Amino acid sequence: MTRRSSIACLLLSITLLAAACGDGGEEAAQVEPATGSLTVYSGRSEELVRPLIEQFESESGIDVQVRYGDTAQMAGAILEEGDNSPADVYYGQDAGALGALSEEGRLQTLDQAVLDRVDAQFRSIDGQWVGVSGRARVAVYNTSALSEDDLPESILDFTDPRWGGGKIGWAPTNGSFQAFVTALRVSEGEDGARTWLEGIKANEPKVYDSNVPIVDAAGAGEIQVGFVNHYYLYRARAENPDFPAANHIFPNGDLGSLVNVAGVGIVDTAPHDEEAQRFVDFLLSEPAQQYFAAETFEIPLVDGVEPAADLPPLESLQQPDINLNELADLQGTLDLMTEVGLI
Amino acid sequence: MAAATVLPAVYLVLRASDAGLGDMLETVTAGRTMELLGRTALLAVTVTVASVALAVPLAWLTVRTDLPGRRAFVVLSALPLAIPSYVGGFAFVAALGPRGLVQGALAPLGVDELPSIYGFPGAWLVLTLFSYPYVLLTVRAALRRLDPSLEEASRTLGRGRRATFWRVVLPQLRPSIAAGGLLVALYTLSDFGAVSLLRFDSFTRAIFVQYRSSLDRSAAATLGLVLIALVLVVLAAEARSRGRVDYHRLHGGGARPAPVVRLGRGRWPAAVACAALVGLALVVPLWVIGYWLVRGVAAGEPVRLTGTLIGHSLAASALGAVVAVVAAWPVAVLSARHPGRLSRLVERASFTGYALPGVVVALSLVFFGARVVPAVYQTRTLLVFAYVVLFLPQAVGAIRGSLLQVNPSLEEASRLLGRSRAATTRAVVLPLVRPGVLAGLALVFLTCMKELPATLLLAPTGYDTLATQIWSATSEAFFGRAAAPALALVLLSALPMALLVIREADRGDRRLATDSATTTDEAPVTPEAPAMVATG
Repeated sequence: MTRRSSIACLLLSITLLAAACGDGGEEAAQVEPATGSLTVYSGRSEELVRPLIEQFESESGIDVQVRYGDTAQMAGAILEEGDNSPADVYYGQDAGALGALSEEGRLQTLDQAVLDRVDAQFRSIDGQWVGVSGRARVAVYNTSALSEDDLPESILDFTDPRWGGGKIGWAPTNGSFQAFVTALRVSEGEDGARTWLEGIKANEPKVYDSNVPIVDAAGAGEIQVGFVNHYYLYRARAENPDFPAANHIFPNGDLGSLVNVAGVGIVDTAPHDEEAQRFVDFLLSEPAQQYFAAETFEIPLVDGVEPAADLPPLESLQQPDINLNELADLQGTLDLMTEVGLI
Repeated sequence: MAAATVLPAVYLVLRASDAGLGDMLETVTAGRTMELLGRTALLAVTVTVASVALAVPLAWLTVRTDLPGRRAFVVLSALPLAIPSYVGGFAFVAALGPRGLVQGALAPLGVDELPSIYGFPGAWLVLTLFSYPYVLLTVRAALRRLDPSLEEASRTLGRGRRATFWRVVLPQLRPSIAAGGLLVALYTLSDFGAVSLLRFDSFTRAIFVQYRSSLDRSAAATLGLVLIALVLVVLAAEARSRGRVDYHRLHGGGARPAPVVRLGRGRWPAAVACAALVGLALVVPLWVIGYWLVRGVAAGEPVRLTGTLIGHSLAASALGAVVAVVAAWPVAVLSARHPGRLSRLVERASFTGYALPGVVVALSLVFFGARVVPAVYQTRTLLVFAYVVLFLPQAVGAIRGSLLQVNPSLEEASRLLGRSRAATTRAVVLPLVRPGVLAGLALVFLTCMKELPATLLLAPTGYDTLATQIWSATSEAFFGRAAAPALALVLLSALPMALLVIREADRGDRRLATDSATTTDEAPVTPEAPAMVATG
């Protein structure tokens, strides 16, 4: 029975190995609230955040433990942990989860000096969280098929039949797109939003899963124009400087160029207040803001930090009259989109 | 330990009651909830039916016939289980999406767009392809130990081969079909990866949306309780089909293996059908992963695969498998040897964690962990505990299936001859149920390897595994960076399962060889390897 024993041996040795090197994991978790350490719950992925964390660690000498996870689930974990939460800082991908934590009373009020570094529309009304980087909705278009002048001033105009027959690409299941639809409902009402969704649908848009394939399709000329977040184009350009697509920013505070933010808050039960504040300060400091501009191609939210070349400066993105705190009703948006037959 | 498996249910009751009875009733009776319930139940039923329809012929072909390449198919047909649904679902979207890789290959022929695979058909296809092995493994094990004399009697009495299969073989396979079907049905109810990637609005997806939008935990918990109610219905259905029958042999001496069925002209079509299935369920995902790997390496993307990642995955999963099997032992013994109200209750309770979406179980353990046992919160101890809560039924089923084939009179004889209960277990029972124990280990190990939500929420901070690394890269659309960990995950989690299946097939073949020479005189009452008899 050599095979039988080989399986047993395999499992046994793995278990022994696990037991032998096991303490590493246990220790990592039980970092006591010593001075100079900090625990961040991050809804943003390691791919985007890790270099920034390393920079903060080397500058401050503070040891940072980061838990990575889904934005909503990390916030959910803080709520379920109650008073024993080891989390100091929550770093979320969108305003909605930050708002939910704040509503449950799980965030501290931040210093006014910190809040003031960011425009009022990109932070919580009651000062409990602050945006650190922004992403704009834009229309990415194929530069061989269209020029800037061909594009309408408002995203609402894409319901025109001239955009019919598969010229548009969109991703109805994408979270950022759904946040835009929520904004549309807030601004135009349920009927207005339904009319727009049905109008675009009548133009037979091509449906994609996420932003990346839409940008690829715009570059390949498969579609003429697509509704996406602004920064995916810059990733494509980093790979191919001649990538034949450009971003169209809708002027005059049109909803089409709504800016959503990734932001941070300090947890009310934070074991390391002081380190947490230093981390929030750091995210709003010039080096961190420059990191967002140069590495993640996001929009810096602090005045005086310029976006990377050919990124839209924040001032040029006149914001629609929508408060990010109002974008919580995802269920209503999904119901509407289901009704129209998009998801 | 078995009692611990109801923690998620306790948590759901606590959370749901935050909302008050009125709100709960409103959530439950909302038209949308009922519609979701209907759609989800329909998905579970159709996936289960399709899995049985695939698995039973496949089991028969790979055990009883001279199918070309039979030995390869024995192993390959079981391995889709190692592919996580979030990887498999993604691979199918990438390959068969309206403008996926297949369309790209067909584009020169003028194919602009493939028909959409989204919604019910896609979710049904993906879930069926990645969960039919649960039925395959249980049915195959049962088929191996059927006594062929019953079939021969039927043939002698004038029934044709087909009628014999329907009237004699199939009824004997019923408990194993039900056991495998149960795992498929409950897996379908709890899955999130496939339904979200293929855009099918199921109950789990609704629960996730409740969390995502405004973190509405009460509504999510209420939906979770409705899901548990649905699980109880499924369990009752399985119990009815289980019945009160003895499955062990009454006399010593193993059954003879059945003679090989010659497929004749049907050989090659059958092989082609098996190859098509393996191609869809195994080759498509591996092809897509390979495509991303090559593309990623060519673009100079970092290959995110380190010894630490592999070590973490292996260590946590192996511990999970061992602890689950240890915890499953008393439950299985209780259920197999002392059937009754209590044992039924314990066994059913162990299904709670398995049928709930992973994130619900994980959040419930975040709740209890941080508040009640903060000393182990965010340690590997709690992570392993979570794996046990999630996957205990797989181990219970495998061991129980093995136990049922051991004639209790052997244990009684050992006791009569003066051995203590513990000594009897060690000297008589354990050696006989070893196949079931190994099967339980392999199955739980494989499932822990691909587990994601509980690992993300409960592992020690910084304890990255292959699964979390795949998630991290794909969530930012860096597919090239996810490819190497994904490949490692599939290969490593498939390994013990593959070894086990090969061993099982070897034993069957060897018996066949000895049998044709002389009458079988193997050790008395050695149960045939029952592999995954998950008669949950």
